[in-house]
Amino acid sequence: MMEEVHEEAPGLSVHGHSVKVTEVLKEGDGLTFLIVSQKLSGTGEYHVYRTYEDFEWLQQHLFTQEGVPGIQGVIFPPLPAKAQVNASAKVVKQLGFLALEELQPYCAALETFLHQVAAHSILSKNKDLESFLTSCEPPGQQRVRKTIFNRLSQAVEEMRKESHKDVDEFFQTKRDVNLALTSGTKNAVEKFLDVVLTEQKIAVACGHFAASMHLCVESEDDPDKAAFSKICVKLSDVFESMKKNMTNVAKNDINTLGLGLDLESRYQEAEKEMLFRRTCKLLELETARKNAEKAKPVKKATLEEVKKAAETEFDHICDVAKQEIEHFQGDRVQILQKALVDWCEKQLHTARESADQYNQHLQAFREL
Amino acid sequence: MTAPRRHVTPRPASPAWLPGKLVDVSSLAWPPRKHADMADTPSLSLSLPADQHSDFQELEDAEDLFPELAGPREADPARLDISTKSNGPKQDFFFDDDADDLFAEATEEVSLDSPEREVLLSDGPSPAITPITPPCSVITPLIGHAHDDMFTHSSFDEQVEVEGGGEVHISVSDPEKVGDGMNAYMAYKVTTKTSSSLFRLGEFSVRRRFSDFLGLHSKLASKYLHVGCIVPPAPEKSIVGMTKVKVGKEDQSSNDFVEKRRLALERYLMRTAQHPVLLKDPDLLQFLESCELPRAVSTQALSGAGLLRMVNKAADAVNKMTIKMNESDAWFEEKQQHFENLDVQLRKLHASVESLVCHRKELSLNTAQFAKSTAMLGNSEDHTALSRALSQLAEVEEKMEQQHHQQAHADFYFLSELLGDYVRLLAAVKGVFEQRVKTWQRWQDNQVLLQKKREAQVKLHFSNKVQQAKDDIKELEVKVQQGERDFEKISGSIRREVGRFERERVNDFKKFFIKYLEVLVSTQQQVIKYWEAFLPEAKAIS
Repeated sequence: MMEEVHEEAPGLSVHGHSVKVTEVLKEGDGLTFLIVSQKLSGTGEYHVYRTYEDFEWLQQHLFTQEGVPGIQGVIFPPLPAKAQVNASAKVVKQLGFLALEELQPYCAALETFLHQVAAHSILSKNKDLESFLTSCEPPGQQRVRKTIFNRLSQAVEEMRKESHKDVDEFFQTKRDVNLALTSGTKNAVEKFLDVVLTEQKIAVACGHFAASMHLCVESEDDPDKAAFSKICVKLSDVFESMKKNMTNVAKNDINTLGLGLDLESRYQEAEKEMLFRRTCKLLELETARKNAEKAKPVKKATLEEVKKAAETEFDHICDVAKQEIEHFQGDRVQILQKALVDWCEKQLHTARESADQYNQHLQAFREL
Repeated sequence: MTAPRRHVTPRPASPAWLPGKLVDVSSLAWPPRKHADMADTPSLSLSLPADQHSDFQELEDAEDLFPELAGPREADPARLDISTKSNGPKQDFFFDDDADDLFAEATEEVSLDSPEREVLLSDGPSPAITPITPPCSVITPLIGHAHDDMFTHSSFDEQVEVEGGGEVHISVSDPEKVGDGMNAYMAYKVTTKTSSSLFRLGEFSVRRRFSDFLGLHSKLASKYLHVGCIVPPAPEKSIVGMTKVKVGKEDQSSNDFVEKRRLALERYLMRTAQHPVLLKDPDLLQFLESCELPRAVSTQALSGAGLLRMVNKAADAVNKMTIKMNESDAWFEEKQQHFENLDVQLRKLHASVESLVCHRKELSLNTAQFAKSTAMLGNSEDHTALSRALSQLAEVEEKMEQQHHQQAHADFYFLSELLGDYVRLLAAVKGVFEQRVKTWQRWQDNQVLLQKKREAQVKLHFSNKVQQAKDDIKELEVKVQQGERDFEKISGSIRREVGRFERERVNDFKKFFIKYLEVLVSTQQQVIKYWEAFLPEAKAIS
């Protein structure tokens, strides 16, 4: 008897954490991203060009992965919304932090998405990920039908389902906490974005003031005028420093905590989606049970089958979900911690730099 | 205590009081006008037309010169500050060269114990309208003085002046609402600390309301503007701001308004007191010292005087358009252009800073909002360590908000208000230049009239009008001479004033910029502390 050799689906041939989105090219209205990955074998790199549609293709294929029981229990790494050249105000608002700083944060977010997929125990085995990262050819164009995985709007019906009481305390708690965290994080992101935008406005205002101050320089023929000019030039320098400081503060905000909060927000939404899918499955199961119970003997056998299938699926989903939630919790805490620590360190560095400059300016002023 | 003495500004060509230190007029490089006529000024009758200057009623006995005036007349600038205890006229030196009789009247030294002081100070409300003709000159201006060094310097701009600022410190504090409803007003406490002998005490306070300040400015402007003094403008009225306060809204914006006004009033008084001439003005002294002040009615918007002021302003505007002066002195043209440019620049800067202040306040608000949202997030968070870190983050952000608020405060008071003050001051500067043009115009008009009368007289041979014509001509001749003198005086005064203004400008700006920088530095230090405190918290999450 031949033993069946279970061949493990081949894993990724590149180092997941080495994936970088190194460039973004503007082509018409759309954007193309250059993705570089290091080969596991150590013999080089893959360079591939992908559009946003390609990313969507990947995500769809991940959703519809076959042969994985309980796939609906997976918390799928969130893909950021589509970015555009000359984006409308609505798109900019939707993207939040990702629309700032010349799309660098956006590339970073795409990078993180790929890292997360590549690091995922189930998803990393998907062949489509491999071809996405390594194939020169753009991935297929066929659009898989959008499933329940992409629920973009809250229909009334769905809200009713969402609030359906759970049978499991663990999951009920998770759902409650998740609800609070999704809205709380979204709110925090919005408020932080407001802070950053104001910081940028201040930087611009400082620049204007510095330029205007510089225009106050008068001819040097008169000692009073010369003294006044000196003072104005000095203050102009101070405001240039202030502008630099504010610009860096805003940049630090965006690249560390901004991105971190944005990811956390989308990640929480992803968990929410998963929990919702499970709840829907729960409802399905409860309905199947009821039907089986009430069934007339003629239909009973079929309905029992249906019930059993639903039960199995639901159990699988719960198993996967539990693992996912644990992983998710660890992951997000790590992400947030890194964001907070990086943010604090960067801001501290910027603050010290600025303090030095301001001190020098003050000394120079006193000596005038 | 010395016996009450009265000193009148020293007169020309009486070397009795200036043993051997008379400076020759011609050694002073000065604007192109000749000063020869100064020497032939007639004598010393102090006839003050009664309708003018109700303030100065006491200036009689010109003959009572200064026999008591002993003591060395030093050129040393240090002696010239008003902190000296004697009432010697050496304090008046700077205002004498070309200095006007008006100045003499204004700065007449009367011993503080003298009963005349009360009379002097008890003037009624000064005319709200700038007098059209200056009072006839009486004491001729003296050019020669004791301070050789300073005056032999070619540029008058470099005179060292009496630095009143160091001697007098005024603060405005404790705003209190008096009364109710639409008749309510804010009363402020005005505290003066001084070592100057101009004042009775070294430290004293009075309570004043906003219209008192306006009244003071009105009086000072009416006395000194037309002789070329840059009188610092009072803070502006604000109907909206005050209505809120009156109506009793105890909210942040009314508090901000009162605070802004309080500081503006303080700066106004300090600037006024730093002016060596204005400091000695009896109205200012009365304002600072006396418990009761007659209510300044002429500042009310709808008063008769107010209407008259409006009419005058309109007339001025028309005049400005039609007067074209033959400027013989390039200095004035250059300076006017300079001030025009400066005005434009300062306004631009002011607008720029206002925008900055606005954004900074916005940042403060947004930071507070973010702090709240982070606190809420911390509460919802089920991971304990993360929850704690988020709560701490909320606290850090709240502290940051305080720093932003402080910075906004500095942005506003050390930059925006400074620039605003100077934009308003430049308007006063423009005013004195315009006064000079008016003075020139008057002189020219009289000269033209004189010419006409002379021509007419030729035609009047045998008529009973000849004598009248002769009298008229004589009168006009005097007026023309006076006009020319006035023009010289105001030109000289403006030169001094501008020099002082430019110096003060540099000092003021430097002072405020340093204050601003100090806040910037201290804010930044605080920010560093907050980040340093938060870092271990962030690291401790897992």
